[in-house]
Amino acid sequence: MINYLYPLYEIVRNYDRCIACRVCERQCANEVHEYICDADKVVCDDSKCVNCHRCVALCPTRALKIVKSGNTYRENANWSCKTIDEIYKQAGSGGVLLSGMGNPEKYPVYFDKILLNASQVTNPPIDPLREPMETKVSLGAKPKAVERDENGRIINNLPPQIKLSMPLMFSAMSYGSISYNAHESLARAACELGILYNTGEGGLHEDFYQYGNNTIVQVASGRFGVHTGYLNASAAIEIKMGQGAKPGIGGHLPGTKIVGDIAKTRMIPEGSDAISPAPHHDIYSIEDLRQLVYSLKEATGYKKPVIVKIAAVHNITAIASGIARSGADMIAIDGFRGGTGAAPTRIRDNVGIPIELALAGVDKRLRDEGIRDNVSIVVGGSIRSSSDVVKAVALGADSVYIASAALIAMGCHLCRNCHGGKCNWGIATQIPELVKRLNPDLGYKRLVNLLTAWEHEIKEMMGLMGINSIESLKGNRLMLRGVGLSDRELEILGIKYAGS
Amino acid sequence: MLREGEVRIPSGCAVSGIFDRTGGRMSGENIIKSIEVMHDRSNGLGGGFAAYGIYPEYKDFYAFHIFYDSAEAKRDCEDFLERHFDIINLSKIPVRRMKEITDEPKIWRYFVAPLPTRLAQSQLDEREFVVKCVFRVNTQIKGAYVFSSGKNMGVFKAVGFPEDVGRFYRLEEYAGYCFTAHGRYPTNTPGWWGGAHPFALLDYSVVHNGEISSYDANRRAIEMHGYKCTLQTDTEVITYIIDYLNRKQGLSFKETAAVIAAPFWQTIEKMPAEQKETHEYLRTMFASQLITGPFSILVGFEGGLMALNDRLKLRSMVVAEKGDLTYISSEESAIRIIEPSLDNVWSPAGGQVVQLTMNNEQ
Amino acid sequence: MKRVYVNEQWCLGCRLCEYYCAFAGIGGADMARTLKGVKINPRICVEENNGISFAVSCRHCEEPLCVKSCITGALTVNSDGGVIVVDKSRCVGCYTCILSCPYGAVSPSDDGVIQKCELCVKTVSGVPACVQGCPNNAIVFEERCVAL
Repeated sequence: MINYLYPLYEIVRNYDRCIACRVCERQCANEVHEYICDADKVVCDDSKCVNCHRCVALCPTRALKIVKSGNTYRENANWSCKTIDEIYKQAGSGGVLLSGMGNPEKYPVYFDKILLNASQVTNPPIDPLREPMETKVSLGAKPKAVERDENGRIINNLPPQIKLSMPLMFSAMSYGSISYNAHESLARAACELGILYNTGEGGLHEDFYQYGNNTIVQVASGRFGVHTGYLNASAAIEIKMGQGAKPGIGGHLPGTKIVGDIAKTRMIPEGSDAISPAPHHDIYSIEDLRQLVYSLKEATGYKKPVIVKIAAVHNITAIASGIARSGADMIAIDGFRGGTGAAPTRIRDNVGIPIELALAGVDKRLRDEGIRDNVSIVVGGSIRSSSDVVKAVALGADSVYIASAALIAMGCHLCRNCHGGKCNWGIATQIPELVKRLNPDLGYKRLVNLLTAWEHEIKEMMGLMGINSIESLKGNRLMLRGVGLSDRELEILGIKYAGS
Repeated sequence: MLREGEVRIPSGCAVSGIFDRTGGRMSGENIIKSIEVMHDRSNGLGGGFAAYGIYPEYKDFYAFHIFYDSAEAKRDCEDFLERHFDIINLSKIPVRRMKEITDEPKIWRYFVAPLPTRLAQSQLDEREFVVKCVFRVNTQIKGAYVFSSGKNMGVFKAVGFPEDVGRFYRLEEYAGYCFTAHGRYPTNTPGWWGGAHPFALLDYSVVHNGEISSYDANRRAIEMHGYKCTLQTDTEVITYIIDYLNRKQGLSFKETAAVIAAPFWQTIEKMPAEQKETHEYLRTMFASQLITGPFSILVGFEGGLMALNDRLKLRSMVVAEKGDLTYISSEESAIRIIEPSLDNVWSPAGGQVVQLTMNNEQ
Repeated sequence: MKRVYVNEQWCLGCRLCEYYCAFAGIGGADMARTLKGVKINPRICVEENNGISFAVSCRHCEEPLCVKSCITGALTVNSDGGVIVVDKSRCVGCYTCILSCPYGAVSPSDDGVIQKCELCVKTVSGVPACVQGCPNNAIVFEERCVAL
């Protein structure tokens, strides 16, 4: 049989530096490296390499690097090498192309075309090292009016709220799609940081009930692991209607990953495929959603805010408007760059819209309708840095969700082979010897470090804008200016062009 | 008319206020003198006054002060007013011709009461009905601008230095229990007559010194509640926030201050339980009404005056007392010029509300 | 006293500790130059069986059998901290210590006498090289109340 595919990447080993310690060989689950005893040297098979950089990072003498192989077909502006390779793959396998993580294609990244303001002369920047700088947020619906008792005292009529030390949460990644140790890292980091993490649709491992006050439990179309104890263990409940990486389709965790505790936590037999249907089969319309929202509220005594998570799609503003009237306390919107453990490549790369536009549209629409206070808006789908957080809040988000950034903090190198199940970094795998590569003591600390750093940066950016409380940044679009954007894009984002 | 962009870039404003807690009426002469001392804090692009208790004979009627750019605007506006209000009295506001004040629009005053039938049809309470009508005029009738709409009070403002504006409006001929004044050094709006301060809605009037950094967050939030920020000034949005919190949500001025210049979370943490709960509630419920960035404001209202600084105290403000009178100003000099021997002088802390009401001072 | 402990739960069997140990023992500015073509003989050794692995090095016992068994006084407990050190000039290579150490933490060195971990804490970070080089916190350098 002809092998049509030439490796995209090539491992370059500097034999002057290689001491044949074999750490690369021992650490590669894809069996790329091999020690040749007779020659006392390590050789590699590039065709197996997924470019995850585990060997590169662990090589004690920096003898390894990975470069583009450079093998190319005849140049063609229409038929890229990638397109041709994909055809070879499908012609060989007859299967749907699969990918992990978010859409990597060259669509505009609006965050990179938005710039922040700073105070000069007419009002002073505020130094976060000298003055209090508040990043605390409270998510949830806000009542229409103040109520008082017969003595004139204000009655606390606020529906359940989520309190966060900063406008940031870890978004849904199921136990099963990521490892036990990755989950433990997220849970412990969320606790230490005073934020929340999200179970995803795989249920909540019994070991993690202790982190319940910092946990969002998800109810997805497969209803894996959903029971009253699970719902009540949480700080909030999220109904997952859709996901940015694969709007409109369900999920499929192969039976090979449904082992031991994962099967138990998901409440399904070991070895059975965990299939999440594309729709919730009890939600075919907005009025059905309202029923599920209230079912969950009934099950939890109206003590937990309910989030409805949707993928950013074309008519997102109308959908959001419907959700804001469904009794949900929060809307989570996942942009088309959002990550996933596995998605059909064509869907990941061609469905959905950028989160910046979806957010701007939804925030405006809900304000125009006077229902913005009915819900908080949480956005995810590629928040990559503290400045993305600041820009998202200024566009109108109450909080953001991060997931890919959190995985990267724990070691992920975005090799996008999560679906292979052999994550060398111990994140997207259930193979015990790989899972143990992520020591939660280190993983959690790196997450805490990352967000502590972001928090410092957010405070610095707020301070230079003369803002000392995050709520004064929310929807403050005058703090933003666009560059390299069309009038139409500026109009949708609700911002002015730089210089105007 | 000078537009923003043609003027020098700004740095500040001056505010001053005098309040008689017995309700005794004084002439407008002193407030002009007070604001005149702070001449250098303005740049001649706007000045104005709010005076309370000046129309005792019409105290049950809304006093509309309106700028007209043209006779046509006046005709359209009066048509509108006649359809919605009983007009008890109308007249030109008397002014003194002077070389310092030019390009004045037509300035008219109406004492009105909502037509009972129209009011009933609208299903609104009376004050909300008046607010809606004021917004209608200001957004839909080209060349007409209602800049004062309260009972037994009036706003007088123009492009010019504030002391000239006071003399232009013959303020010394009015007598009231409370006056506030503003000298403007425009920051982010063109220096036109309507844009001068005070900014007023019903009997709320606000004079403000500062440039708030939360502006667009506040604006977009308040516009959701039916307000229209046509001037794009800080003062306008602050006035609407105060109207929303105090009139629509029924918060006291103290509670209002706890929203717009909220105590820091670290301060709230240390409060006694009941107080803590209230403050947590107010900050959570009205997060979008928190104002950050520098401001010092004087809020006039029927029977009272409130002064407030931003919570970091990024703008100056001095309070002084002498007998029944309380003076609040950007600078102590502006108080000393009219009352050299004071009983006491102090500076409120950032976020500390100073609320003056008749015979009940806090 | 701070000692090197292993968390076998997190040991990946990558054997980087052995290489960092060897490098620290020989010295030099660059591991590649120091260890190129060298068959290493580290004082820490990863034991591996049935998917379980952990690194073994001297426990610096409070009542060390090796010191007791040493016939020349080459092995002593360092007076200022409890580290068991070797005086190579006194060692005659009888290997009694190797036989008596219950952990197998003493081994022959390339020059005939014995070698063992002497806690190379004079590194830049103040922790032994093996601990510094472990990618997964499977070897830690810390104070624990339970002495071995």
